[in-house]
Amino acid sequence: MSEPGRNGSARSGWNSARNGSLNGSANGARRNGGLARSARYSAFSLLRHGLPGSAEWPRAWRTHELRDSYDVVIIGGGVHGLACAYYLAANHGISNVAVLDKGYLGGGGSGRNTAILRSNYLTPEGVRFYDRSLELYRNLATELNFNVMFSRKGHLTLAHNDSSLRTMHWRAEVNKLQGVDSSVIDPDEIKKLVPYLDTSAATRYPILGALYHPPGGIIRHDAVNWGYARAADALGVHLHQQTEVVGIDVSKQKVTGVQLADGRRIATPTVLNATAGWSTLISDMAGVRMPVQTSPLQAAVTEPVRPFLDAVVVSGTLHVYVSQTDRGELVFGASVDPFTSYSMRGSLDFIEGLAGHVLELMPALSKMRLLRQWAGLCDMTPDYSPIMGPTPVEGFYLDVGWGTYGFKAGPVSGETMAETIATGRPAQLISAFGLDRFERGELVGEKGAAAVGH
Amino acid sequence: MIELPCPWCGPRNVAEFRHVGEATPRPDPATASPEEWRGYLYLRRNARGWTEETWYHSAGCRRFLRLTRDTVSNQIQPPGAPS
Repeated sequence: MSEPGRNGSARSGWNSARNGSLNGSANGARRNGGLARSARYSAFSLLRHGLPGSAEWPRAWRTHELRDSYDVVIIGGGVHGLACAYYLAANHGISNVAVLDKGYLGGGGSGRNTAILRSNYLTPEGVRFYDRSLELYRNLATELNFNVMFSRKGHLTLAHNDSSLRTMHWRAEVNKLQGVDSSVIDPDEIKKLVPYLDTSAATRYPILGALYHPPGGIIRHDAVNWGYARAADALGVHLHQQTEVVGIDVSKQKVTGVQLADGRRIATPTVLNATAGWSTLISDMAGVRMPVQTSPLQAAVTEPVRPFLDAVVVSGTLHVYVSQTDRGELVFGASVDPFTSYSMRGSLDFIEGLAGHVLELMPALSKMRLLRQWAGLCDMTPDYSPIMGPTPVEGFYLDVGWGTYGFKAGPVSGETMAETIATGRPAQLISAFGLDRFERGELVGEKGAAAVGH
Repeated sequence: MIELPCPWCGPRNVAEFRHVGEATPRPDPATASPEEWRGYLYLRRNARGWTEETWYHSAGCRRFLRLTRDTVSNQIQPPGAPS
């Protein structure tokens, strides 16, 4: 990741006048191990800070006065926006960047997902894209100098009927062709991996097999947000929380600035919409219509118990996914709620359905107690693939429509959107995900997405 | 949990219904341009607030109905009320 040669070629899209205004210290900071301003985290620094009389830990990121203008304004301080800001500064030397969030960093979908990472999708476009993300996630702790707690437990997608078993075989073959470790295994092998799973044939939805994806796993999603925020901050990016955008100035089909809720205005030629849940509202401000519908997705977590679940278990038929965190809690997720809404209230319907489905898979959990449930907003697109890239409005970019698969794509979308913004051309990995695909009828039907019935 | 006012069955639990989606007027296929047709197929207002939408009472009278719902609070507007 840190070879210096990467910075050169992709910068050419920025004209020289623009380059002149960029913060030149970014590349220098990166060569000094990535983080110039905040202290590096290490076992030694932990020891030193534990000594009596030692100084306080420095803040992970700073607060800044809002500038009147930025080269790039990113709306949405979740993993996508923060990663894009980081890669703009780290890979392309563009650090005069502001990340604006109306709440706090990582408070939307980036802090509400179930933190599952995998790349065993169904379309070749999807598999290549998510596999690059997994690769970035694998080296993320080293790159950001932040412990993101990635555990590669392995990922099982259960098949309860012949048609989903057929889809699993299909996915396994597409995955193998793209070099992704993925195979279909039978109930005996599943039982060995997850002994608590009821693999008997006497259940209502007997398990016929599973798509096994060893590189998949879980990560600590807050740490990913904070790690990107800290690394972007160290490279000179400004992070502005509690800063709501209420308007985008467009003149002659070109972005000129953004209006804030407190009446201030930021002049900028480039705006990235990296929001989830609010993406339609932000695009409306620039006059860009989108094929997005917003639905809540609910999740729940149990009390912590001793480790017994070594893999992430997903069942499309039963609409449930289960994993055990490092703290021992079981995290459950389901499919999106049955109707569109911006409400993030939990519902009893969800908990009842979820509990029934989980017990169908693992009857031994019947005495466990749920601690809490919550919901996040999913921007669903007609083909279960994201919308990334430029729009008819010059300087207005989209990184939206992340439905139920946004968190696992955070690093790669940051990387590819940074490249797209820096060069002015959609990066190769995201060329299939443009907004214009709906006009051309070239949809990328991603039935390997979570919460999609097969 | 919300209740929807079915004009034929009265107020019923939302679990009995299927959400068809935002009411989108269908252009005439004979005269519509590709852009208009694409808009009809894919583009949605996705409003945060009052939205007119179509529901299907699948576990009841199996008829389609129109209603206006606030997508933030999930409140339903009584028929005939000004939006």
